[in-house]
Amino acid sequence: MLEKINAPSIRPVASADLYDWDELVQEDRVHRLIYTDTAIFAAELTNIWGAVWVYLGHDSQIPNNNDFVTTKLGLRPIILIRDSAGKIRALFNRCTHRGTTLCRKERGNAHMFTCPYHGWSYLSTGKLRAVPWPDGYACDFKDAKFNVAQVPRVDSYRGFIFGTLNPDAPPLIDYLGGITGPIDEWLDRNPGGKVVVCEANRLKYKGNWKLAYDNSGDGYHVVFSHRSLLEMENRLADEANKGMSYYKGSPDSKAMYMRYTGNGHHFKDKRPNIEKRSGGLWAVEGPAPGSEHYEAEFRRRFGAKADDILDLAGSEPVNINVFPNLSLLGNHIQVFDPVSVDETNVTWFGTSVVDVDGTLGDALDEINALRMRTQEQFPNFGEVDDLANFEEIQRGLACLEDEWVYMHRGLGIPGRIKTDAKGEVTAPATDEAFMREYIHEWKRLMKASPNLVVQREP
Amino acid sequence: MSLHVQSTRDPSLTSYYVTDAFYRELIASFTDWQRDDREITEPAERERFRALLEREARLLDQLNFDDWLAMYAPECIYWVPGTPNGGDPRREIAMSFDDRRRIEDRIYRLRTGYAWSQAPKSRTVRMISNVEVFAATSADRRMVRSNFLISEFRPDGVRFLSGWCGHRFVARNGRWEIEVRQVNLIDCDQNLRNPSIVI
Ligand code: FES
Ligand SMILES: [Fe+2]
Repeated sequence: MLEKINAPSIRPVASADLYDWDELVQEDRVHRLIYTDTAIFAAELTNIWGAVWVYLGHDSQIPNNNDFVTTKLGLRPIILIRDSAGKIRALFNRCTHRGTTLCRKERGNAHMFTCPYHGWSYLSTGKLRAVPWPDGYACDFKDAKFNVAQVPRVDSYRGFIFGTLNPDAPPLIDYLGGITGPIDEWLDRNPGGKVVVCEANRLKYKGNWKLAYDNSGDGYHVVFSHRSLLEMENRLADEANKGMSYYKGSPDSKAMYMRYTGNGHHFKDKRPNIEKRSGGLWAVEGPAPGSEHYEAEFRRRFGAKADDILDLAGSEPVNINVFPNLSLLGNHIQVFDPVSVDETNVTWFGTSVVDVDGTLGDALDEINALRMRTQEQFPNFGEVDDLANFEEIQRGLACLEDEWVYMHRGLGIPGRIKTDAKGEVTAPATDEAFMREYIHEWKRLMKASPNLVVQREP
Repeated sequence: MSLHVQSTRDPSLTSYYVTDAFYRELIASFTDWQRDDREITEPAERERFRALLEREARLLDQLNFDDWLAMYAPECIYWVPGTPNGGDPRREIAMSFDDRRRIEDRIYRLRTGYAWSQAPKSRTVRMISNVEVFAATSADRRMVRSNFLISEFRPDGVRFLSGWCGHRFVARNGRWEIEVRQVNLIDCDQNLRNPSIVI
């Protein structure tokens, strides 16, 4: 059963009527309010987090029937579950009786959920199973309105699970569009094109969520924001060309580039900066606990094949950003999760590889151990500085009278930015073109009046 | 190759000791160790380790990383798990799992003056209590459990980090050196704001 929500009579001011969006988001700059205004944040919960495909979780987090993780769709608490028949559902974590959340665990396996408050219970499909002392009710609870509300459209692309409340949103594959190319390449460098999500580096900052998305493809900040990391990476003489050292000098003269692929998605491709050969990625990976041991060990055991194995512990030099909350970088699945207008969770899920075809054999645990250690480097020594800077932006934006935030790097320079026949925009790595493109997509969404729905089992 | 390997096994420069066998032994030694039957109750011994933990806390509060790291064995681990039970660092990302070289990276970065998450530097005061000493499987090692409370001041206020530490000490060169320090924050599996100090 599909059910319309936000009936016009009880809907707060529609986003479209909130502001003159063209004034807030201009060609070269945006107004500070888009990061600081609680009314805009509230409108985003509908117009962004309800209306577009939002990343909810990964297949490997719920491999078996009745496996679940709890997550959020904007602020809506969600149980992402593979139901008892194997279908992936995103249930609102909310009892239909009086609203209590049904599940307080972060993950688990459950064929039913029983509400702690008055004991109503639900199947993993969301269907109401039983109500204590039903003879005290005049109704028979056959009405679908008592089944748990769920996200009407849940779909996945190669293991990445998305959901939307918007029946008018395009199919997921169309929404992703050109960004599926980079996603495919990111996956296919792993055996069988598969990764498994493991634990995460979980961080948060006191700032608006868009500050993280603005930064997700920002090649301009690297040598300044990450100066401590770059100096650290190059402190040992024989490491001088490792890590992100290719940003030094003049990054726009390098082969790396930024591409906007539409619908808010973009990617920064740094792969052209490194040698495209077996072992090329490992050759530029900075030192990690166990690096030399595992390298020597794999070379001894696997000979020439060792390079391919070692590359699995190397950080893939791309930033693939899927609007509004997913970012694939290195070997991480990074998720942005708004908490309030000025607080955001940033979770860097680690990934490990699986030995799909027996080529890794007894090296599987070892290569994954090394891959864990390489993945810990950036969140520890890079991301913390980004988040500190985002917090300082939020503080700076308290200057009410200084209204504008500029994102015009590259704008108006003839020949710098190229748009191809598909409409994809390519620019040098430090360009803010992707920021301008995505924030205009954001503006289009904020002007819209999406008709969101929830679904219930019949 | 092997000659080169032999001559460069300085754990500050290369990392040869974090091996599969090392992980297996580490995980085993951090399983099932806080047992009454292994507790060492002799006051002098307990006092010895309590003093070492207090010294470590002071050196970290003073950002005296040189003397702090000098308390560690050459082949050491600074481990902040991302799950409450410590987890298996071969299969899980930890908040931090640093060998000596990466600890030195960490210190180097904090000293560059460009670590924006530590600009200005946090001021911290650490309280260490509930120190318990346990026998380890080998006679030259001790496992020590302690609780901590770190008050951390940053320009927007004071926050508290709390949890417990598992130290593995080894007797070497006539003193007890820290071989592994496992820092278990009570909220280690939650999204944390600016965890950029050495915890
Ligand atoms: S609120 Fe869930 S049973 Fe009453
Ligand atoms: Fe960054």
